[in-house]
Amino acid sequence: MSALPVLIVVTPLVAALAPPLLALASVRAAKAWSLAAQVLCLALSAAALRAVLAGGPLRHALGGWPAPWGIECVLDAFSASLAVLVAGLSVLTGLYAWDWSDRRSPVREGAFQSLFLLLLAGLLGMLATGDLFNLYVFLEIASLSSYALVAAGPGREAPLAAFRYLLLGGAGATFWVLGLGYLYALTGTLNMADLSARWPAIASAPASSAALGLMVAGLALKMPVFPLHGWQPGAYAAAPPQIMPFIASAGSKVMAYAIFRLLAGTLGAEGQAGRALEALAPVGLLSVAAGSVLALTQTDVRRMLAYSSVAQLGLLFVGFSLGGRWAVIGVLWHMLAHAVLKSCLFMAAGSVARRRGSCDLDDFAGLGRTAPLTAACFAAAGLALVGLPPAAGFFGKWYLLRGALDAGAWASVAVVAASGLMTALYVFRVLERIYLSPPPETKRVEPLGPWSAAPMLALAAAAVLLGVFNEPLIAAFIEPAWLAATGGRG
Amino acid sequence: MGDWRLFAAVSAPLAAALMSLLLRRVPAGPPAVSVLAAALQFSVLLSLLPGTLAGLPAETAALPLAAGAALRLRADALGLLFALVSSGLWAVTSVYAAGYLGATGERRLGSFYAYLGVCLSAAAGIALSAGPLAFLVFYEILTLATYPLVIFTGKPAAVAAGRKYLVYALGAGQLLLVATVWALWLAPGAEFVPGGFLAGRASPAALSALFFLFAAAFAVKAAVMPLHGWLPAAMAAPVPVSALLHAVAVVKAGAFGFLRLTGFVFGPALTSDLGAGRVLAWAAAITILVASLRALTESNLKRRLAYSTIGQLSYIVLGAALGSTAAFAAAAFHIAAHGLMKITLFFCAGALYAHAHVEDASQLDGIGRRMPLTMGAFALAALGLAGMPALAGFLVKWNLGWGAADAGRPWFIAVLIASAVLNFAYFFPLVHSAFFKGGGPLRLEEASAALWGPPALTALGALAIGLFPDAGASLYRLAWAAARACAGGAP
Repeated sequence: MSALPVLIVVTPLVAALAPPLLALASVRAAKAWSLAAQVLCLALSAAALRAVLAGGPLRHALGGWPAPWGIECVLDAFSASLAVLVAGLSVLTGLYAWDWSDRRSPVREGAFQSLFLLLLAGLLGMLATGDLFNLYVFLEIASLSSYALVAAGPGREAPLAAFRYLLLGGAGATFWVLGLGYLYALTGTLNMADLSARWPAIASAPASSAALGLMVAGLALKMPVFPLHGWQPGAYAAAPPQIMPFIASAGSKVMAYAIFRLLAGTLGAEGQAGRALEALAPVGLLSVAAGSVLALTQTDVRRMLAYSSVAQLGLLFVGFSLGGRWAVIGVLWHMLAHAVLKSCLFMAAGSVARRRGSCDLDDFAGLGRTAPLTAACFAAAGLALVGLPPAAGFFGKWYLLRGALDAGAWASVAVVAASGLMTALYVFRVLERIYLSPPPETKRVEPLGPWSAAPMLALAAAAVLLGVFNEPLIAAFIEPAWLAATGGRG
Repeated sequence: MGDWRLFAAVSAPLAAALMSLLLRRVPAGPPAVSVLAAALQFSVLLSLLPGTLAGLPAETAALPLAAGAALRLRADALGLLFALVSSGLWAVTSVYAAGYLGATGERRLGSFYAYLGVCLSAAAGIALSAGPLAFLVFYEILTLATYPLVIFTGKPAAVAAGRKYLVYALGAGQLLLVATVWALWLAPGAEFVPGGFLAGRASPAALSALFFLFAAAFAVKAAVMPLHGWLPAAMAAPVPVSALLHAVAVVKAGAFGFLRLTGFVFGPALTSDLGAGRVLAWAAAITILVASLRALTESNLKRRLAYSTIGQLSYIVLGAALGSTAAFAAAAFHIAAHGLMKITLFFCAGALYAHAHVEDASQLDGIGRRMPLTMGAFALAALGLAGMPALAGFLVKWNLGWGAADAGRPWFIAVLIASAVLNFAYFFPLVHSAFFKGGGPLRLEEASAALWGPPALTALGALAIGLFPDAGASLYRLAWAAARACAGGAP
């Protein structure tokens, strides 16, 4: 019994109470408080990961009630490494947001920090729980705080985008809980480990397929993948730019985690769960194709990055569906790489939005001259996303292709290859603007402060370094995560 | 760690690139750094020669880059040949580019030499890669580093050419990625081996598919028709870029890829058994002929040279496809021979443009009397490419013809002869009008020494390796050593 799985959730949850009050006294204090909580969260997650890698999963029965009656918190190599990733991204985003302020009022800034911490708590809760209904609760905590965060966006379109997000996100969460209802009716349990034991008896029941279909669809909507992405580009473009590096990178990974944990981990890819995994492939392939094409047609760079996420998340489905060792290792790596790259890209895009008030392609014109650092970070992360070796994005594709060959899945091979070229097309569309177009008549140039520049630079450096050192990282973290996620199948 | 000299050879240009950026405010800084780094790189590579010729190539330790595939550098005969050529020509180009950019009023020397350095580092990496993964990594870096040079002038034509280049090259990169993963999936942990490592690893149908996947990826950079479209467009780049990258480093990386493919991944025997060599040889032959015909119709000098390059590159592809020892040696040697001669021609075209604003074949009348050194070098290189005996091109054609006969496909000799005739047809009128048309008195108005010196030097180099191919530890020997190794020691 270890308290760490609970502590990583309780820390941001409790800390979220203070910022609105602190902000009344000093906005700085509210931010410092929130950042301190995030750093503590990261430290706890890292300690948990260390303990998990050394001695196996950490379990904690809440209130002393043993599973399956009580709620169990569990961290294994899969969830603990993601927890470190999520907490790390939140710290970097917290640093990035340090010298941004909601100019409207300190109350808003305090609420913003609270919501940020609640979002973190929700996502970490989804990772740390061993109970499917509890996962729903944390899903709602994360979702509600992201709706509110999006609504806090600076533009007039923010409330509408948030409302749209709320409607669709609410439907997604409802799907999950509805499907879970069926599953509960069939098995009488909500605990993952217990469900795992009871699943074989009903693995082939038609009702199980309805349950899984609803649950997966609900989370796929939250990720999102095509064609369930309707809320996402608007929300990404309207949200406060300083929170986007976190929302765009962390949320989708945790949703993908929950899908894979349920189907491959808890249900062991047996019966209907196996069929559900197979069904992810066409969705993923479609998502890659549609997301890439839609990204090419955007003029707002944040919307372009949003569609790019739709495409990149489609690759996760492809890998989950292939299911073999290297395919899963490939997509686990891709989760890491995409999180790092997308948050770096959103940091660069956010800096442009901050300078120019909008984030259209034209706002990137001449950025190479007016803001060389931001431009270089965007270029580095963008090229890594294209998958140019030896940057981080390359190796996700490398292992995923190897997994696709293992499975003889030629359609997946073709789509993974094509996705690289399509990514290049939309990334170079921006890079051309950055480095070739003359800068517009600048209204005012606000140099990027060190607080914003440092995390962006760190992520851009990580974009390259992660790739170069992928082999030891895979041996140390991704392989154990793969083992924990799939039990070593494939 | 292994032999540090290989790391030095790959990182010297990279260091030069960084220094160029730091010294960008000093006018003579970037070129000087480049020349120094090239000299350093060249001498390091020369020091590797004895070991390679003795059959004990230097190599580094394997760096684990991906699970199940390591990155290692090795100076085998073929790789060292390519590395020496690109390093030597980089030194010459560094001098020339300073003259050219000065004459055309370009100020961004720092970034120009920086991109050039990254390209050269990637080219050395490609040359010295011991296995497919390292090759892929450097190949993609080369693709990317070339892009800023293609669009360097920032003119609309250059930007359009850059887009075209990216789509072709990155598309090819994806094919190469799939092919590389596939090859390493069939033969885990494999490195380039003379004679290939794929025989018997999969069904003939699968191996054929893999072969053509590789071939399509390399065909883009080597500009094998119909995948050549980017090359003439990319002539929008400044002349030194066209000279070094589009005649030597980038396109040769593709051609070099073909040699690695048929010699070291599939091996000549398997290539021929699959019937893939036959298809590739015909594609190359058709490219040779069509590109030469196309060159006849281009009056813009650089575009004519571009089509000439497309045709000449397919000599290498043809030699790789035929697979006999002589053909393979000819192809490998053509990396050096064509590099020297084509860079001479580009240098001359650049000197004509920068000094006399001559861009078109019709403006050449009498220019030979004003710029005899430039046009003399041009004439020498043009004759060499056409295959005149005593020049490097002749050795290539001779051995290639011999190799075609050896491979039991003597009809390719007819292609070589036709190509030689066409080469004369599109080069000779240029030389003729430069020296014998237009009349006027002989008045020397030669361009600056930085513009005529490099082509004179490379033209003499082409003459030297043609006259004395066997002198010392020569490139010609390296080519034969590589070819013999691939053929498994058979003559």
